[in-house]
Amino acid sequence: MAEVKNDLSYTADHEWAQTGDDGVVTVGITDFAQAQLGDVVMVELPEVGDTVDKGDAFGTVESPKSVSDLYAPFSGEIVAINERLEDEPELVNASPYGDGWIVKLKVTGDAEGLLDADAYRAHLEAEDH
Amino acid sequence: MSNPVTRGLKFREPLIFEMSTPGRYAHSLPASASSAPGKVNLPAGFVRDEAPLWPEVSELEAVRHFVRLSQQNYGIDVGFVPLGSCTMKYNPKINEEVARMDGFAGLHPLAPESWIQGALELYWTLERYLAEITGFDCVTLQPAAGAQGEFTALAMFRSRLIARDGNPRKTVLIPDTAHGTNPATCAMNGYKTIPIASTANGTVDPAAIAAAMTEDVAGIMVTNPNTLGLFESDITQIAELVHAKGGFVYCDGANMNSLLGRARPGDMGVDAMHLNLHKTFSTPHGGGGPGSGPVCAVSELEPHLPTPRVVKTDDGYTFDHDRPESVGRVKAFFGNFGMHVRAYTYIRELGCEGLKDATDMAVLNANYVRVRLRDHYHVPFDRTCMHEVVLTDKHQRKATGVQTRDIAKGLIDRGFHPPTMYFPICVPNAIMIEPTESESLQTLDTFIDAMIDVDETARRDPQAILDAPTKTIVGRLDETRAIRKPILRWHPEAGEDV
Repeated sequence: MAEVKNDLSYTADHEWAQTGDDGVVTVGITDFAQAQLGDVVMVELPEVGDTVDKGDAFGTVESPKSVSDLYAPFSGEIVAINERLEDEPELVNASPYGDGWIVKLKVTGDAEGLLDADAYRAHLEAEDH
Repeated sequence: MSNPVTRGLKFREPLIFEMSTPGRYAHSLPASASSAPGKVNLPAGFVRDEAPLWPEVSELEAVRHFVRLSQQNYGIDVGFVPLGSCTMKYNPKINEEVARMDGFAGLHPLAPESWIQGALELYWTLERYLAEITGFDCVTLQPAAGAQGEFTALAMFRSRLIARDGNPRKTVLIPDTAHGTNPATCAMNGYKTIPIASTANGTVDPAAIAAAMTEDVAGIMVTNPNTLGLFESDITQIAELVHAKGGFVYCDGANMNSLLGRARPGDMGVDAMHLNLHKTFSTPHGGGGPGSGPVCAVSELEPHLPTPRVVKTDDGYTFDHDRPESVGRVKAFFGNFGMHVRAYTYIRELGCEGLKDATDMAVLNANYVRVRLRDHYHVPFDRTCMHEVVLTDKHQRKATGVQTRDIAKGLIDRGFHPPTMYFPICVPNAIMIEPTESESLQTLDTFIDAMIDVDETARRDPQAILDAPTKTIVGRLDETRAIRKPILRWHPEAGEDV
């Protein structure tokens, strides 16, 4: 069973978000998502300073199986990207909630509307993967 | 060198560079070439001092090397290729015979019109056939492939919107069951895409289109039947909703093999579509030859078709370059003409009734596969499908750990090319099978038995499937490492580094 961390928020598209003390949100993909993708071979990142609208595709995660878009969980500005992923995309598999984080986002709009851990677990159940 | 035989008379062939023996050669130049006096008249810095490191092999070694490599090819003339979404139908040999006629094969693209009247007649007539088959008013044969056809059609939408409203609009709607090239087509034409989720039924809900359709939306790109092999039964209503807001409807024609002779997208409210002659009309795929992606459109879009147009006059066929509203030329000369000859031949050989029969058999074959496999594989949308069916690995993955990729490898050991895997992406771990009308009942049964054997073997001895393929010259490849650490050239000196 895929790990779902209690202290994170989630999207139905299998991303997680964690709001830091400074209001900056760290975004990555969930353990379930990395397991579904298989070995991640490339992460295409946006540039620091890019602005995104909620739901926009801001990058991609690629495995031998497929290429998946990453969708912005909130509207905001990209303030940091995980540059290690350029050479070590496998971090997304090894540590999806840690060293495999993808971007940090300074939220400009509404920061509501994500799933909590229980709701995300229910979502995984409902999709019956 | 050790004997490269690994499987009876199948050969694990080394690189030709690895076969090199210093001093060995296969050429025999005329005396005039080797005794030519003087120096090559090239600027300093452009003349090399040493001979290039070409492989040094005899003629026989070169011939065997390339014949052995050719024997490792797998194609439709070798066996069944059930790749969903690709329509790997048989390419009849008469197509090749006609395409090789001197009057077609020997044409120069700059030959004067009066010399090429026959070719122009075929070109013009094929446009009319395709217009009739799809229910549209006009056709361009220029695009070289489906993706270029999509690009051309969206460029025509854009031109039309600018001509009509002075505003190309900003976005295009794309259902998640559409083809993967569609978003790229939008980006190439300067549009953002708005994804539309399909319903639990596997099709597009008109309500979702009504909600998303605004006067900022240039149109919709829909694939019908969609990539689940399901017919979009609300297509007419969807088209009305898009038209009501002034948008255009594009139909990706990749799946036209399920409609040919039976239904016409032009009658369903679609404004433009492309055809893949290399799918639906039996011209070769990929390495077998270039593709061809004609675009069919309604008369409103006719002024925007690529230039030049072939037109029929009282004095014969001629090129019309005077097309001020055209999107321009999208392909050198007139497209891949050899493919037009083959598609024309296919249509003439089958005729109206033959095309209908082909469509019926393509749909029947897909449903036969679905019904015979549904007790063994999960069928996410288990209802009458069109020309292809989508399965998943859900039963095997939960019970045995065997996944889609492993099932594909298991099929190779049983003598079949795998189906399309992990596509469409809206179905996790998809296995997409398109038998086409070409395959006999016997071939389908053999394939289905192989699929069932993979399932039963997975339940009895999953490791046997996880280790597959074992009967091939090369076993399972490390796909991850191939992508993460690709080595794209061979280093003669640093063999240990590779």
